[in-house]
Amino acid sequence: MEQCLVEVRGIKKYFPGIKALDGVDFKIRAGEVHALIGENGAGKSTLVKLLTGVYQPTDGKILLRGKEVGFASPHTSQRAGIAAIHQEVTVFPELTVIENVFMGHHIKKPMGLIDWGQMREKTGALLEKLEVDIDPDARVKNLSVAERHLVEIIKALSFDVDVVIMDEPTSALSLEEVKDLYQIIRQLKKEGKAVIFISHKLDEVYEIADYFTVLRDGKYIGEGLVKEAGVDKIVAMMVGRSLSQIFPKVDVEQGPTIFRVKNLSKTGLFKDITFELHEGEILGFFGLVGSGRSEVMQVIFGIDQLSEGEIFINGEKVLIRNPTEALDKGLSYIPEDRQQQGAILKMNIRENVTLPIVNELSHARKFLNKKGELKVTQEYGSRLDIKASSWEQLVETLSGGNQQKVVLAKWLATKPKILILDEPTKGIDVPTKAAVHKFMGELAKQRLGMIMISSELPEILGMSDNIVVMHEGCIAARFTREEASAEKIIKAATGHI
Amino acid sequence: MKSTKKMPIWHILMQWEVILFFMLVVVIVVNSSLSPYFLDLNNILRTTFNFTEKAIIVLPMMFIIICADIDISVAGIIALSSCFMGLASQHLGAGTPALIFIGLLTGLSVGILNGLIITKIGIPAIAVTLAGLFLFRGIAYVILGDMAVTTYPESFAYLGQGCIGNTRIPFQLVLFIILAIIFGIVLHKTTYGRKLFAIGNNSTAARFSGINVDRIRFFNFALIGLLSGLASVLLTSRIGSTRPNIASGWELEIITIVVLGGVYIFGGTGSILGVVISILMVGLMRFGMGLINVPGLVMNIAMGFLLIIAILLPGSLRELQSKILTKQQQQ
Amino acid sequence: MFEKVLKKREFTLFVLLVFLIVIISLRSPRFLNIANFRDILDDTALLAMVAMGQFMVILIAGIDLSVGAEVALAGMSVALLHQYHPEIPIFAIVLLSILIGFSLGSFNGILVSLLGIPPIIVTLGTMGIYRGFVFVVSGGTWVSAHEMSDAFKNLPRGGFLGVSNLLFAAILCVIIFGIFLKYTRAGREIYGVGGNEIASQYVGINLKKIKYLPFMLTGSICGLVGLLWVARYASAQSDTALGFNLQTIAACVVGGVSIFGGSGTTLGVLLGVLLLGVINNALTQINISPFWQMGLQGLIILVAVIINTIMERRTQELIIRRRNL
Repeated sequence: MEQCLVEVRGIKKYFPGIKALDGVDFKIRAGEVHALIGENGAGKSTLVKLLTGVYQPTDGKILLRGKEVGFASPHTSQRAGIAAIHQEVTVFPELTVIENVFMGHHIKKPMGLIDWGQMREKTGALLEKLEVDIDPDARVKNLSVAERHLVEIIKALSFDVDVVIMDEPTSALSLEEVKDLYQIIRQLKKEGKAVIFISHKLDEVYEIADYFTVLRDGKYIGEGLVKEAGVDKIVAMMVGRSLSQIFPKVDVEQGPTIFRVKNLSKTGLFKDITFELHEGEILGFFGLVGSGRSEVMQVIFGIDQLSEGEIFINGEKVLIRNPTEALDKGLSYIPEDRQQQGAILKMNIRENVTLPIVNELSHARKFLNKKGELKVTQEYGSRLDIKASSWEQLVETLSGGNQQKVVLAKWLATKPKILILDEPTKGIDVPTKAAVHKFMGELAKQRLGMIMISSELPEILGMSDNIVVMHEGCIAARFTREEASAEKIIKAATGHI
Repeated sequence: MKSTKKMPIWHILMQWEVILFFMLVVVIVVNSSLSPYFLDLNNILRTTFNFTEKAIIVLPMMFIIICADIDISVAGIIALSSCFMGLASQHLGAGTPALIFIGLLTGLSVGILNGLIITKIGIPAIAVTLAGLFLFRGIAYVILGDMAVTTYPESFAYLGQGCIGNTRIPFQLVLFIILAIIFGIVLHKTTYGRKLFAIGNNSTAARFSGINVDRIRFFNFALIGLLSGLASVLLTSRIGSTRPNIASGWELEIITIVVLGGVYIFGGTGSILGVVISILMVGLMRFGMGLINVPGLVMNIAMGFLLIIAILLPGSLRELQSKILTKQQQQ
Repeated sequence: MFEKVLKKREFTLFVLLVFLIVIISLRSPRFLNIANFRDILDDTALLAMVAMGQFMVILIAGIDLSVGAEVALAGMSVALLHQYHPEIPIFAIVLLSILIGFSLGSFNGILVSLLGIPPIIVTLGTMGIYRGFVFVVSGGTWVSAHEMSDAFKNLPRGGFLGVSNLLFAAILCVIIFGIFLKYTRAGREIYGVGGNEIASQYVGINLKKIKYLPFMLTGSICGLVGLLWVARYASAQSDTALGFNLQTIAACVVGGVSIFGGSGTTLGVLLGVLLLGVINNALTQINISPFWQMGLQGLIILVAVIINTIMERRTQELIIRRRNL
């Protein structure tokens, strides 16, 4: 029995109001690629932060090569040989690639001054090894999202490590880049390093991992050899219920075209976007991060201005210069990043839900109408089953799923005819996911037209009536629900059509 | 589902306004024990003359800071306004109504200029208003140089020095009270106020929610410009003269009062009650210390400490509460 | 390669500076001589030193409003010390001034790093506290020229190779901190913390240390500057260096330092100081009344800031455009 490189026993991590990890066991051996699986909110990222010294455990032990250790800071965990590529891209935008790689562990000359020459050489070598074409002196803020992700990977590899942790590393990469990443992982394995690979995409797990551990709601559920386990078993462990319960797609008869976009372009972001949406339809938009989907929707909603193109609502050409005009025309947009764009965390549920319609609810369009606001909040809050102790509760104290419900309630309260949902179930727990999907089905029955942007293949395949695939700012392919398959969609999204 | 939630005593005590209120009481008690002249209503009324102009600017500064902006050019606006009023009075023989108009118009125009550069070109407010401070006061220096204008019509003096009817209540004070009430209502009871808090907390989410963030920020700068013009009218009227160096250093004191009043410097929270108590507290403190001949600079020491303590208190209380909550969880 | 230089902010500033000098020289040929430049450099030396400190504070996304007060308090303290104890050797006075500045700056630094109070608030408070203490320690009096020994007053003036001590101190200061910011870990971590605090935590940077350092260093610089200031102007008063804090912020802003932290260069700050300094001093040379000083400075700040913002935006647009679409 090989000795475990890193082992975690009975780990607990509590925050005020949240039990992020509640008794987790985990072990990894040298030369092993170990997948840490779980839905969003299962506690995977928290475990990573504990292993990298960003957090300290509330209870439990961490053992390195059999000896108990404590990581008081990222420094200590790095020195112990553990490096991580975190899910949030944490770069220094104003600084160069070289510096992003070496921040925190700059190479020094014997006299104590920084050795820029050596750092540049090493960075260049790492870039070559990964076959990545980025100028080491480029300022990171000028790089694309995928390039920034690659810089993160190089950063982790610049340490002298035994354990490399990768938290959802493929979310921004193209097919080619993902293949390169697998190569790197195999190389690391050969060198006797251990790789902890966190993902909720099972196809990746099957491709690259030897062993897996499943977490759910902060607890350890099970583990095993990837080769032996079956998909259904793993999914059942992850999710606690079967697949069909998550995507309750109901067939709805589609009505006339209510929304149409023709040759929409914005210099530098997307080009020639043309599509239409019918009453009762759910139009899925798939694409890798950076393909331009959110940008298209933000132009449609009036947050940004278009360079060229036309928008038609119910056959009439419209000009949308700002969100207020979009709202007036019955168009609402639920943004992707619920904490930055969707909700105002330090305000309460009622204030959030009524924000877009605060003028309409007010007396004489000026004076706040608390009673009216409560009524609306009560109506939509209970329809979406938001769990909170009162409507005056601050949104930041709610769980991710409930926060998303608040954002949904907010936009539903504007009584839209056309609803754009940007990654509506990203980062929320499975029961809420199912609830959101069920709700979308109801909205379709109520003759709303919906555009759903998603990066999750099961969601796109499960929920859409029609699918548009974007790649680098253009529409790469269109599929009806019947035509679509995972393979076709991925091929289009990575530019292989 | 309940619509409101009862707050434990703990929470109530931790509220900024309550802490501030206690500080106000302390200030009053300490000062009245130091001087018998302190608790004299006439004296207090008379001292508001020295303070009301600043207090008037505190109100729109509150809006600006709640929106996570800042304006350090206000003293420059006062100087420029006063300069133009002086010119109009001296060279054009303008009467009081015209002077008021000029003073307000200058302030408004400059505020609009600030607002446009900040929202349309997108330069951070601190940089633009810093340049503005130099520029506006600089223009006043260029125009007036070393000299002071002292020729103002008699009726002009009423604004800054006069009282209401036969009472001892200064006209300025009444003006301030009316403005404070208006600002308070706008901040807490209107949609504009709600939008201010939204913008200060998360301008991106506010924009996504259909709020015209740039228009509101622009309006805030125009407003503070206008009110700086008003303050300039009152100040010039009170001291009866114009010099390019009037209101020197006022911007920082105004910001101190706003922050002391519980408005978070990075925006998003604040209340009219806190700000008004802060104005009262600082005003009374200056008055009281002046009575026992404490020099202005030394008063600033107290103000400085007050500011730091006021910031520390709620934060440390909140941390204590957090620790208690986490311990409870583990049991 | 040359293209890269042309696009840099600092180049634009340099051009602006040269432009200014040319215009002024046209109006007054007297302007263009060594002795004159030396005077200008002497005059801007004090601003340059404190601006370096402010630069470091702005880099960590903070601001230091108390620099003027630190200069005044340190200056007044050593002036008084010298007045009542003229036997203390000058070099001891120099060390003391730095020590006093160090303590003042450290107080700021501790409040920011350990207690987590936003820098603008801390320094707004200490600005009042320190300047108030100038009054307290001096009892409201001033220290004037005849209460200072010649050695004291000559400290900034004396020098060699035609360069005054004051100028040497400034050059040394700029070089030392320039090297510190570019070639030491702590210096680079200052850029890191200002650029992305969360990322800095993830890579194990000691946030508390890095947030404390700029304030302590600024304080120490102000200590020395305090001494040089009162010696140069042969007077220590309660309004010494009043308004200096805004000048240092202006110099940084003009020099292209981002007010949000994480970016800026020593060269830029230097150019910013020179631009403002030239305006300060050149005016009297060409018979423009000194009353134009403030206004022109404001104009320069505004122009520089607008140019910086527009240039930055254009570079971003070019990059997006270059990315295939």
